[in-house]
Amino acid sequence: MGSVELVCPAGGPAMLRAAVEAGADSVYCGLADATNARNFPGLNFTPEELAEAVGWAGARGARVLLAVNTFARAGDTGAWRRAGDIAAAAGVYAVIAADLGVLAHMRRAHPDLRLHLSVQAAAGTPEAIAFYAAEYGVRRVVLPRVLNVAEIAALVRETEVETEAFVFGGLCVMAEGRCAMSSYAAARSPNLDGVCSPPEAVSFDEEDGRLTTRLGGFAVDRYKAGEAAGYPTLCKGCFEARGEARRLFEDPVSLNAMTLLEGFRSAGVKAVKVEGRQRGKAYVARVAAAFRRAIDALDAGRAPDASALPLADLAEGGRETAGAYRRGWR
Amino acid sequence: MELTLGPLYFNWPAEKIAAFYARIADEAPVERVYLGEVVCGKRAPLYEHALAEAAERLVRAGKTVVWSGLAMPSTPRERRLMAEMAAEDALVEVNDISMLAARAGRPFVAGPLLNVYNEAAAAELTARGCTRLCANVELPLASVAAIARALPGLEMELFAFGRLPLALAGRCHHAKAHGLHKDACQYVCGEDTDGMAVLTLDGEGLFAVNGVQTLSFGVQAATLDAAELRRTGVTALRLSPQDMDMVAVAAAFRSFADGDSATDDLRRALLDAGPCGPLVGGYLRGAAGAAPLEAGMRDA
Repeated sequence: MGSVELVCPAGGPAMLRAAVEAGADSVYCGLADATNARNFPGLNFTPEELAEAVGWAGARGARVLLAVNTFARAGDTGAWRRAGDIAAAAGVYAVIAADLGVLAHMRRAHPDLRLHLSVQAAAGTPEAIAFYAAEYGVRRVVLPRVLNVAEIAALVRETEVETEAFVFGGLCVMAEGRCAMSSYAAARSPNLDGVCSPPEAVSFDEEDGRLTTRLGGFAVDRYKAGEAAGYPTLCKGCFEARGEARRLFEDPVSLNAMTLLEGFRSAGVKAVKVEGRQRGKAYVARVAAAFRRAIDALDAGRAPDASALPLADLAEGGRETAGAYRRGWR
Repeated sequence: MELTLGPLYFNWPAEKIAAFYARIADEAPVERVYLGEVVCGKRAPLYEHALAEAAERLVRAGKTVVWSGLAMPSTPRERRLMAEMAAEDALVEVNDISMLAARAGRPFVAGPLLNVYNEAAAAELTARGCTRLCANVELPLASVAAIARALPGLEMELFAFGRLPLALAGRCHHAKAHGLHKDACQYVCGEDTDGMAVLTLDGEGLFAVNGVQTLSFGVQAATLDAAELRRTGVTALRLSPQDMDMVAVAAAFRSFADGDSATDDLRRALLDAGPCGPLVGGYLRGAAGAAPLEAGMRDA
């Protein structure tokens, strides 16, 4: 492992192997149910696949982490506790959780298993991080993407807990774990169901030679004939405000903070994370390889050449941003 | 059934705030009023003084005042303010986990902006001093009931009226809509006393932007009968301030909760008071939040 741990996504066993072979130090995954934030059909692991993956990765010096990072359903919290128990039985390196109830269960039932605080917990202050560390023994916190690099550096100075920062992939516009826009329009929610813009509520409607994308019946965007239509996500949609149609919240761009790797390393960030368990093995192979080379270059004293590692075609809408990590974004 | 007035989410001029709470103190049948800036620490100094005076006036009028903390404290100044608020003896509403350690086991209200979705999470908070939970607005009534059943000593407040707080961001989308950045925002959020309307390209109201916060365009109206509220374990209804006759809104809920008027009367009174969007309530039934209360059920 280099100076910064590279944490990559796996939506299934084949993607996990691709990530490790391309240079990931750690791979995170989820079980095939509502206990994780990428609850998509055909994605994720059975308990048996998880145990096999831990063994396979361990033999290659890589770690497997299980995300149990949605919020347990009231009156039905058993599945979330079971997910934690399955992780412990499989021998994962850490469980990534956000729900106070899940954290408490892990602390009680599996006190020796590492706990990482999911970005869904939106812990953005030293006080919040210290609370999770003191009460639940959290060893690492995944930082909210609303912070910029200077703020991250200040935060790392004030905390004893390891930090992990997202560097590539889909970009939540709102504070993670604190957004109910999807469920307002379409019932299912990232926090409760692990789904944003649930596919059953999406429609692509052709009207007068134009294509309108909708979520729960609400128009999210409109395209001219022949224009490539994006999947309707509310925070990236086109709406009317102050009498003008506009992308009010955010353009459909993806995060690529490769040029900020050195900044993260000097700030004392322990690990960098790639988003996209739903993106498949070709995606993770390319992104993991690019970041592996960039981290290795940094450690060898060379500046990583981002232009030599083109990833823009993997970005949503084909465009990238360093997002909130650069202060001007606000 | 207790009625409470939630914290004002919007950036109103200090004089408007003073007049609003003066009327609440004199006329509104609410027992408890939450005060304090929840959304944006930057604009808090604009009306700090007005809120302090409102607190005195409300207490003189016999109301319980509870100070609400910031939902997303981040600057050193905001963090210091939250630590000071947590150290007060008076009851406070916690809206971010940051405040919990400093509260050190003394009583607090868990606000609707905390991610408390189940009885196990709520139990973690009650073990640390939480005496009341205002349920997260996404929670269906069935979940509220499950939490109340598991923690019988916990007072349960329901977000019953007002635009729903849906999301928080690091970026100010209000400033962005004016071509400005958060750091030089000119407090443009003050132009929209109920939030800036966000319409779809079909012209349908969807959201309302209030600084770094996104609210629903629709106005939550938990017009549930008293028996159902009792079954659910709800002990208080929260009315969230909008720029309308909130005294009339409170009076309508009071009369309804006391059994002096029917559901239809309450809905008519709320519509007569001129809400800034259609009445919604789908979340309570496990449906989309934008759906009316009568919308179809889903498994909670």
